[in-house]
Amino acid sequence: MTLELIFFLLLSIIAIATGLGMLLSRNAIYSALFLVLNFMTVAVFYLLLGAPFIAMAQVTVYAGAIMVLFLFVIMLLGAESLPKAEVLPWQRPLAITLSVLLAGEAVLLLITRARPAGDIAAPDAAVNGIDNLRALGEALFNHYLLPFEVTSILLLVAMVGAIVLVRKEKRVP
Amino acid sequence: MIPINYYIILSAILFSLGVVGVLVRRNALIIFMSIELMLNAANLAIVAFARGWEINTGKPFFEGQIFVFFVIAVAAAEVAVGLALIVEIFKSKRSIDVDQMSSLKG
Repeated sequence: MTLELIFFLLLSIIAIATGLGMLLSRNAIYSALFLVLNFMTVAVFYLLLGAPFIAMAQVTVYAGAIMVLFLFVIMLLGAESLPKAEVLPWQRPLAITLSVLLAGEAVLLLITRARPAGDIAAPDAAVNGIDNLRALGEALFNHYLLPFEVTSILLLVAMVGAIVLVRKEKRVP
Repeated sequence: MIPINYYIILSAILFSLGVVGVLVRRNALIIFMSIELMLNAANLAIVAFARGWEINTGKPFFEGQIFVFFVIAVAAAEVAVGLALIVEIFKSKRSIDVDQMSSLKG
């Protein structure tokens, strides 16, 4: 067992535990904070996989912007926890059984059919270097320029949509 | 050395946790967070597969990272619109319990 594997297992335990904490905590604010920790551990996984740009985007966009938006809305609505209500008794066990089945199936199919072979070594300095990032930027802005521009339009539309949705109704004279 | 399979298994587990969240919880905000968890798990699998391809062929392969970048942008847009919808639903129903949103039930 190498140090790297121990590191990986420790991080996976943190990721799964924070995912479970997100599911189980009664208070929505605790859920959001657990999810922030989960996103941070996934960012570390991206670093291990030699994708530093994605790791930083994950931290700034997911853990920064998106989760702050979530916390803002939770506190704005005062909807930390819902009052108790009756639930269908068979719903919870059925959901858990089906999800365990789904996980097993996904693992089985992805490993037997896609056959990802090989081991991932820790990235060396070259992967995290500026040349790699420059090549990524060149691929993004040469080959994938159109999708990139479409993304900007998508973000604009989402912004306009959000503003229109929460705007106060104006009385029509 | 970490086998790629381990990343795939971790991603499947995280995705399933998200599925449980969507199925079990009644708070619309937590359902939304579970969807984010699922998107994240899929991103992890994409990056792991891309890295595996890179290692097996020995050539740099940026498409995986670029795809994940687009997924993150789409997730940000989705969250903005979705949270606006939740705020609007809360204004009219005073609750974000998804079980309460049954006005269309026959």
